[in-house]
Amino acid sequence: MNEQAKPQTLSELDRPNSYIGKSVPRPNLDRLLQGRGLYVSDMELPRMVHVVFVRSPHAHAKIVSIDAQAAKKKPGVVAVITGEELAEVITPWVGVLSHLKGLKSAPQRAIAIDRVCWQGEAVAVVIATSRAAAEDAAEFVAVDYEELEAVTDMRTALDATTPVIHASLGDNLAFERTLDAGAVDAAFAGSDEVVEAEFVFGRHTGVTLEPRAVVADWNAAEARLTIYQGTQAPHMVQNIAALHLGLEEAQVRVICKDVGGSFGIKVHIYADEMATYALSKMLRRPVKFVADRIESFNTDIHARDHRCKGRIGVNRDGTITAFEIDDLTGIGPYSMYPRTSAIEANQVVNLVGGPYTTKNYRARARVVFQNKNVMCQYRAVGHPIACSVTEGLVDLAAVKIGMDPVDIRRRNLIADDAYPCGSPSGLRFELLSHHASLNKLLAMMNYDALRAEQAALREQNIHRGIGFASFIEVTNPSAAFYGVGGAKISSQDGAAVRLDAQGAVFVQTSITEQGQGSESLTAQIVGSVLGVSMGKVRVILGDTDQTPYGGGTWASRGAGIGGEAAFQAAKILKRNILEVAAAILQSTPAELDIANDAVVNATDRTPRIELRELARIVYFRPDTLPPGIRPELMATRHYVPRNYPFAFTNGIQASWLEVDTDTGFVKLLKHWVVEDCGTIINPQLVDEQVRGGVVQGLGAALFEKCIYDERGQLTNANMADYLVPMSGEMPDIDVGHVVSPTTESELGAKGAGEAGTAGAAACVANAVNDALAPFGAVITEIPLTPQLILTALKRI
Amino acid sequence: MTAPHSISLEVNGERVEAYVLPRINLADFLREHLKLTGTHVGCEHGVCGACTVRVNGEIVRSCLMLAVQVNGASIETIEGLSDSGEISDLQAAFRERNALQCGYCTPAMLITAQDLLRQEADPGREQIREHLSGNYCRCTGYQAIVDAVEATAKARKDRDKSRAP
Repeated sequence: MNEQAKPQTLSELDRPNSYIGKSVPRPNLDRLLQGRGLYVSDMELPRMVHVVFVRSPHAHAKIVSIDAQAAKKKPGVVAVITGEELAEVITPWVGVLSHLKGLKSAPQRAIAIDRVCWQGEAVAVVIATSRAAAEDAAEFVAVDYEELEAVTDMRTALDATTPVIHASLGDNLAFERTLDAGAVDAAFAGSDEVVEAEFVFGRHTGVTLEPRAVVADWNAAEARLTIYQGTQAPHMVQNIAALHLGLEEAQVRVICKDVGGSFGIKVHIYADEMATYALSKMLRRPVKFVADRIESFNTDIHARDHRCKGRIGVNRDGTITAFEIDDLTGIGPYSMYPRTSAIEANQVVNLVGGPYTTKNYRARARVVFQNKNVMCQYRAVGHPIACSVTEGLVDLAAVKIGMDPVDIRRRNLIADDAYPCGSPSGLRFELLSHHASLNKLLAMMNYDALRAEQAALREQNIHRGIGFASFIEVTNPSAAFYGVGGAKISSQDGAAVRLDAQGAVFVQTSITEQGQGSESLTAQIVGSVLGVSMGKVRVILGDTDQTPYGGGTWASRGAGIGGEAAFQAAKILKRNILEVAAAILQSTPAELDIANDAVVNATDRTPRIELRELARIVYFRPDTLPPGIRPELMATRHYVPRNYPFAFTNGIQASWLEVDTDTGFVKLLKHWVVEDCGTIINPQLVDEQVRGGVVQGLGAALFEKCIYDERGQLTNANMADYLVPMSGEMPDIDVGHVVSPTTESELGAKGAGEAGTAGAAACVANAVNDALAPFGAVITEIPLTPQLILTALKRI
Repeated sequence: MTAPHSISLEVNGERVEAYVLPRINLADFLREHLKLTGTHVGCEHGVCGACTVRVNGEIVRSCLMLAVQVNGASIETIEGLSDSGEISDLQAAFRERNALQCGYCTPAMLITAQDLLRQEADPGREQIREHLSGNYCRCTGYQAIVDAVEATAKARKDRDKSRAP
C-alpha cells in the first residue's frame, strides 16, 4: 500500500494525555537526583535511640551465659536486652505455609535464646543514644558459647550420622516435593540419546546498596506503633508486627519512603527487624536499626544454592522426549517468615521444561536445613535454577545429536498457536510467544553472521561462544502463591483516585516503589484514562494508613495488578466526572469526553469546561448544581486475577562472549533479550527492568557467591571479597519485545521485573560451553570463575 | 586522642565550624552533623562508591576520610552541586534516560560522572564504563547511566562548539 495514500490520522499514542505505551520520564526523580530523597537510613526522630546487635560468631552453639553488666555502664547506653527479656514483648514464629505439604520449621525468635543456629544470629542487643556508642558498648557484652557441630554441606544434611539441627523436627528435611507426569521411564527407554549432568549454583545474595533499615516508633499515649521501613509489602509487615506484638493491625502503621534497592531482599520479615519493633514498644521511644554491610551479608536472605541433577531424552530428529530432575537445596536453619523457604525449590519443580512441548517430566526437590544464613525468595525465585538446568540440558542434547542450539529449540518450543495450554507440572499458559521471540532475537543478533565470526576467530585461537536461554516467568500472582497457604499476604491491590479542588488528581495505591517505576506507571495509567496531564497526577504509595489494602510490589505484580486497579478506578472517576459535567453543560455523558484537563465534546473535541472549573463548582458551589446530582469525585477499585493463578510471560536471551583460555576470564561482549510482558505501559521502564535483571543474573553467572567454610563461617562477607558486576565489565544489552496481552485484565499488562534475571546465567553458561567446545570441556556450575574454567580446561 | 577536635571548613560554599571526635569519618560528619543526607553510605569500607563527594575539587570516598582531615578544605556534596546548577544537564540526562531506579547510588554516580566530564570532553563508552567502575549500581545494569553520561558529553561539546567564535 502506498504510504502517502493513507489518510493522516493520529495514532492512539499521539492523542493528548495518552501515556500508556510511552517512554515518559518517571515523576519526582529530581528528589533522588538532587540527594533529597528520604531513605530510612536518613531518618531521625526526637528521642530516637540506635540499636546494635551482638551476633554469634559461631554457626552452631549453645549460649552458656550472657554478661551485659559492663556494657550497660558504657556512655550513652540506654539498655542491653537479651532474647529472654525480649520474648516478654514479642512471640516467636514458624515459617510454614499449609499448601506446601509437609513443610516444617522450628520456632524462630527475634533474638536467640539458649542456642544460635547460624553465624550472625543475634544473641543480644545494645541500645544507645548513638550508633557509635552502641557499637562501643557491644564490645563489652560477654557471651560464653559452647560450640556445637555445624551442619554445612547440604549433601550430607540428611545422613544418619549428621546432627539434627532442631531435635523436635526429627530430621533436617524441611520440605520435599515429587512429581511424575507422562511416561518418563518409557520415554527415556525409547530415546535415541539420554544426557545427564549435575548443575551447581552458588549461594548468593541481593546486596541492596542501602542495607535493610527500620525505624520503629511506639507511641505509648496513642498505643500505636509506626514502622518506617524500606519494605516491598507494607500491609504484610503491619499484619506480622501486630500479630507478634499482641496488637490489632489498626494499631500498627507502616510507612515506606524511598528504598535503596530491594530485589526481594526486603519482602521478608527478619528477626532483627522484629526485635526493633519490640524494643520500641519496650522502651516507649523511637528505635532505629540500620544493618551494616557485614550484617547484610550475614543476615539478608541468601538465595539459589542448589545442586540439581538433570536428565534429558532426545531423538536424533531433535525431539525432546523427557526431562527429569533431582534438586537439592540448603536453606539455613529456619524457613523464612512468612513466605517460607520452600518456594524456590517448589518453583524449580514447576518451571523446569516449561517452554517445551514434552509431557514427560519427573522431578524431586528436597529442601534441607543447615547452619548457614537463611535462604529465601530473591528476584526471579527459582527461575534461574530451572532455566539453567533446562537450557543446559537442551544444549547438551543438541551437542549430543549434532544439532544447532537454535534448531533444537525451534523443534521443541511450544507453538505460538497452541494456547491456551498447560505444562506437565500443572502450569497454565494463557498466551505465550516462544517462536516469535526466538525469530526476533535471531534477527536482532544477526545469528548467522555471528556464527561465521565465531568460526573465523577460532582459526586465530580466539574462543568466543554464543548461548541461548528460553524462559517462562511467573507474574501477576493470584492468591495461589501465599493466600491459599494461610499467609496474610494480599494478592489483590487497590487504587483510589480523586479529583481535587484545582483539577489535580491524587492516586493512593497499595503497590510500592523501590525504583521500578510504580509511581510512574500509576500516573501514566490514570492520566491516560482520565485525559489529565501526568504532571497533575500525584501518586501516594507506601503507607498503610493512607493507601488501600494490598500486596505491594513483588513477584512482578505491580503493573499487572496494581496498574489494573488504577485503570479501573480512573474509569469510574471519569464516569463520575462526565455525569457532573453533563449536568452542568446540559448535555449527556455519552456526548462528552475528557482531554487536556478539560471536558470536551466527544465528537469534535471542543473544550467545554475545564476540570478545575468543574471541581470548583462541585466543591464550593454545589448549590448551583441541578437537584438530584450528587457528585462523587473519588473512586476506588481493587483488582486480582481470578482466571489464571499466574500470568506467565516468556522470552529468550542470548549471550556473546569471549573466554580467555589462558587466564580463564570471561569477557561479555553483547547480550540480547526478547521478552513478552503483554501490554507495555512504559517501554523505557520495561527495558530498564530487563537490563537491571539481566545484570543481576550476570553477577550470579560470573561473580557472586557467598563462600562458607566447613564450620559455617561466611568468609567473604564484605563488598571487596564478594564481587558484584561493575560498569566496566558489563556489556550493552539489546532488548526487544513481542506483545501478547493477558485478556484477564482490561490493561493486559503482565510483569517484567524478573525476566532478565531468569535467563541471564543460563545463556552465559551455554555460551561459555559453546566457546569451550573445541576443548571438549563442559561446565555446569556457576559462578563461572577463572578457576572453574581453567580447571575444566585442565590448565590447573 | 579521643577528645573532640575543632575543625573549620567550607561545605557547599558555606563556612562550617565544628567539634568532631577524631574517629568520625567524613560521610558520617556530613550526614549526622550537617544533615546532608544526599551522601549515602553503602559499605563503609571504600568499595561501593555511594559516599563519593568532592574535596578541594577531587572526588573522594567520604567513608575513607576522617572529618579532622578536611580541616581547611572545601567540600562539595550532591546538595551543593544541585543548587549551583553545575550538573543540571547531567541530572536531566539521567532523568530522561531513566539512569536511576532506587536512586541510592545516584548522587555519587553523578559526582563521579561529572569528574570524568571535567577531565575528558569526549569520552567513549568504554572510558565512561571504566571511570564509573568504582561506583556500584544494583538496579540499572549501568547501560542507561553510560548512555546518560555519553549524551551529556555530546550535548556539552555541541554547546561549546556553538559558543566558539
